[in-house]
This record gives sequence, C-alpha cells and structure tokens, in this order.
Amino acid sequence: MRAIIRVLLIGVIAGGASAPATAEQLVVSLSNHRVAITSNFAGENLVLFGTIEADPGKTLRRTGYDLVITVAGPRLNLRTRRKERVLGIWVNVDSREFIQVPSYLAVLSNRPVAEIANQDVRRRLQVGLQNFLLPQQIGPDIADTTADDPFRLAFIRLQREHRLYLESPTAVTYLTPTVFRAGIPLPAEVPTGNYILDVKLFADGAMVGRTNTAMEVIKAGVEQYVAEAARDHGLLYGLGTTMMALLTGWFASAVFRRD
Amino acid sequence: MQIYLPIAEIPVNIFVVLGMGLAVGFISGMFGIGGGFLMTPLLIFIGVSPAVAVASVSTHIAASSFSGAISYWRKRSVDVALALMLLGAGIIGTASGVWLFSELRSLDQLDLFIGISYVTLLSAVGGLMIYESVRAVMRARQGGPATIRRPGSHTWVHGLPFKMRFKRSKIYVSAIPVWVIGYVIGFVGAIMGIGGGFILVPMLIYFLRVPTATVIGTSMILTLVTMASATVMHAVTNHQVDAVLALILMVGGVIGAQFGVRTGQQMRSERLRLLLGILVLAVGMRFAYELVVQPYEIFSIRDLRSE
Repeated sequence: MRAIIRVLLIGVIAGGASAPATAEQLVVSLSNHRVAITSNFAGENLVLFGTIEADPGKTLRRTGYDLVITVAGPRLNLRTRRKERVLGIWVNVDSREFIQVPSYLAVLSNRPVAEIANQDVRRRLQVGLQNFLLPQQIGPDIADTTADDPFRLAFIRLQREHRLYLESPTAVTYLTPTVFRAGIPLPAEVPTGNYILDVKLFADGAMVGRTNTAMEVIKAGVEQYVAEAARDHGLLYGLGTTMMALLTGWFASAVFRRD
Repeated sequence: MQIYLPIAEIPVNIFVVLGMGLAVGFISGMFGIGGGFLMTPLLIFIGVSPAVAVASVSTHIAASSFSGAISYWRKRSVDVALALMLLGAGIIGTASGVWLFSELRSLDQLDLFIGISYVTLLSAVGGLMIYESVRAVMRARQGGPATIRRPGSHTWVHGLPFKMRFKRSKIYVSAIPVWVIGYVIGFVGAIMGIGGGFILVPMLIYFLRVPTATVIGTSMILTLVTMASATVMHAVTNHQVDAVLALILMVGGVIGAQFGVRTGQQMRSERLRLLLGILVLAVGMRFAYELVVQPYEIFSIRDLRSE
C-alpha cells in the first residue's frame, strides 16, 4: 500500500483558492492565440505581455511583485511503467495511470518559486511542477500522491526530458516595475489542443492577483488535411495510401527499367 | 531540412528518413525481403511511436516490394500458383495473429512478447542461415556443387500427401507444408509487424526446395499483398498510418530496392544467404541486448490514447 498523505480529488481543487480582495489587477495578452503546426513547424516561442494595474482609487507598490505563469496543455491519461529484472530479462512489472494530466506543463516565473511563497501556499495554489496536481488512479480513487512518489518523480523527469514539462525561474522579465513579458517555449513535439495560461501575482508571499487566458495549438494546411483524413475517413485514407505506395513502386520500376 | 509528420506528430529531418529508406530499400531488394524488421526499430529510434512506426512501415514495404515484384515479374521469376497457395493460408494466419496481438495487449506484456519473439526468431533463422551457407561456401571451395539439389534427395516433407505441381518453380510437393508455411508467415507477421520475407525465403528454400530463380520474386508477391492489406487494416482500426512519413520512406525505398535487386543478382546465392543470415542474427542480438542489459531508464510513459 502506498503512503498517501494528501488525497485531493479533482474538482475539489478546481474551484479552490479564490483570490483575496486586492488592489491589483492583471491585464495580459499573448503574442499569438492560435499556434498553427505546418509542415515546417519546429517549435515556437510565444510571448505573453502583461501589466499590473491598480484598482480605481488605490495605488500600487513600487516593487516586490512576483509572477508565476502556469501553462497547461490538453489533458490526457498517461501510463508510467517501471521495469524490473525477472529471470534475467527486463520486464515492465509495475505501472501507474496518471488521469487527465496536462500533456504540456510550463511553470514560468521571475525567480525560483520557492522564494516567492512558502510551501503551504505553493501547494494550495499548485505553484511549481512539484506542487501541480497530477492525479493517479489508486484503486477506486483518483488522487495525487506525495511529491516524492517514485512514479510521480519519474513521470515529471521523463516529461521534462521531452521538454513537455518545464520550470523556468527566469522566463518572466520586467520591462518596468509593472509591465512584464514571459517567453513560453513550445517544443516541436507540442501536443495539439487547448492550452490554459494561469497568471498569478504574488506580493510578500501571498497571491494578490490572478487572471487567465487561453490559446490553442492546431494543425494547419497539409498537416491538418492528412490528420483529418486519417481520423475521419480511415478506409479511404488507407486505400489512398496503398494506391500511393503502388504508384510509387510502379513509377520507380518504370524509371529504372533497363531492359 | 525538417518536416513535421502529421500523424507521428514530430518533426524529422527529411534527409535522414530518405537515407533510411534508401538503405533498407537496398537490403530489401537485394535479399527479396521487406525489411520491416530493420525499418521499424530504426523509426522508433528516431522518436516515432511504435504504433505509427509499424503502421507506416507496412505502407513503405508495400511500395518497395511492388517495385521489386515488377522487376522479378518481368524476368519471369514469380511462381503465381505458389504465391496464391501461400497467401490463402497466410490470411488465416494473419487473422489468428491479430487475435493474439489484442489478447497480449490487454495483458500489457505485448512489448515483452514482441521482444522475445524477435530474439528467438531472428537468432534461430539467422543462425541456421549462417550455418547452412558457410557449409555451402566450404563445399564450393572444395570444388563440389554449392547447393545440393539432387533430383532424388527427398526429405520427409516430400512424403506428405496432396501433392501439387508448381510449374514455374519446377517442384512437385505436398500442399500441406505450403499451407503451414503460409500460415506461420501470416501469424508471425501480424504479431511482430513484419512482412516475414526473411523467414519465408529460407523456409521456401529448405522445406520446399524452391529454386533461387523464383523464390525471391514469389516471396515479394506475398509481402506485397500482406503489407498492402496491413496498411488498410491499420488505417481503419487505429488511424496510425502516417502518409507523409510513408511517402518519404518509400521514395528512398523504391530507389534503393532497384539497386539492391541488381546487386543481389550479381552475387552467388550462398554468399547472399550468408550475408542475410549475419544481418538477421545481428538484429536478433540487438534485441537480446536490450532485454538483458539494465536499461538506462527503467521508467517509461505510454500514451493511453493510441489504444
């Protein structure tokens, strides 16, 4: 039996952590709300611009604002498997299913999240990869495990190696004390679908403002045409691909015919 | 030059894929095999998911075996009657292979089963081919005939009933071993995602005594039909055929195959079999290495969408 310290059901946390009444408002804008994957797509860097504005009649502090931007891609079920040696052969012996976890997850901030807020706040607001809720199927329940669960650690490590999960304490930079920009690196293997960008503003270790925006990654042009044909018209697509294969084969033998 | 693959959902270097197509196409034309047992691991190595790799390789093999089959057809080295008999049993074999495939997949041990099948089959076939062809080469050195094809040398296979005459191959054998071979190839092909040419060719030579003149052409017809239907089946069932990837592979593949066919015909058949034996054994050893040696990363992630 695995030690489960926090059993947090999905949904409970979805609406949790309401922002306290603040003097600050966040206004953000993405450089591009629709990333099109075309045949020469090799990844893209998006830029999010934002300003911190005062509520009417209030004033802003001069400095000391921290920003954490969490970009979460389309959610999927992913199985993490572990190999062990059985009779001299390495075999998958154990696995955990991660239920509806982001296929892409980036935590971007202006300094390390550990310096921005204490661990309780970070856990409650899911700040940082370590604190992001990654629910697993555990028996009949769907819950997140402790941060040091080997499957959870391995999952994050593997996703980071594929550049699908990342944590950057330098991605957010201030242009003026209240105007910021954040670079969002999308790797070439970026999954298609809807992305949610959750922007949290901190001051003195507490969240003082929050906003979100969204974007989508879609296939375009030939890529879109082929992907849709394969998905929606499997038989025609299969027959078409086979015809293409036969034509290519015939064409080659005609071109190279010597006799 | 990078190109984004619409189904595999990764960018690849077009020249790397083209080069892989050329190299595997050359080998496939030379030995009369599909080359799936080489191409599928190569694609997985460059980051294509196994499901997409297996499905797209079948399209690529359909193209290169068609191009090869036309060349052999023109040289009148295809035994149509034999090919049809093998295909009939092959379809039944494929159906039972697909059934076992889904059973193993639900047990989550498919990777292991495929790995062990590759090791066993490739090592056994490769080892036997090397052993046999080394002996043939030695006999040739000593001045004897390189291959024993005495009219009177009958094995137990030739004692079976339901005999049929295959005119093009000039053989008179029982239909039973022909059906068994066809069934085994269909079954193994469905499980391992390969055309099975590298097993079929030696089987036809050793069990049925099919002459080298017709064995490769006949095997190519079989590969062509199996792989063309596999493409359609993969496209209908799991939508994992990447037409862009397949196109790049097949352009390289058909060109490579044309040169391979010519090189193969200039070589002596026992040398050819020795080379193929070494290649098959090497791939088998590579799989064995992966199973036995401690992996660098014992964890892996599988996307559950592709099921």
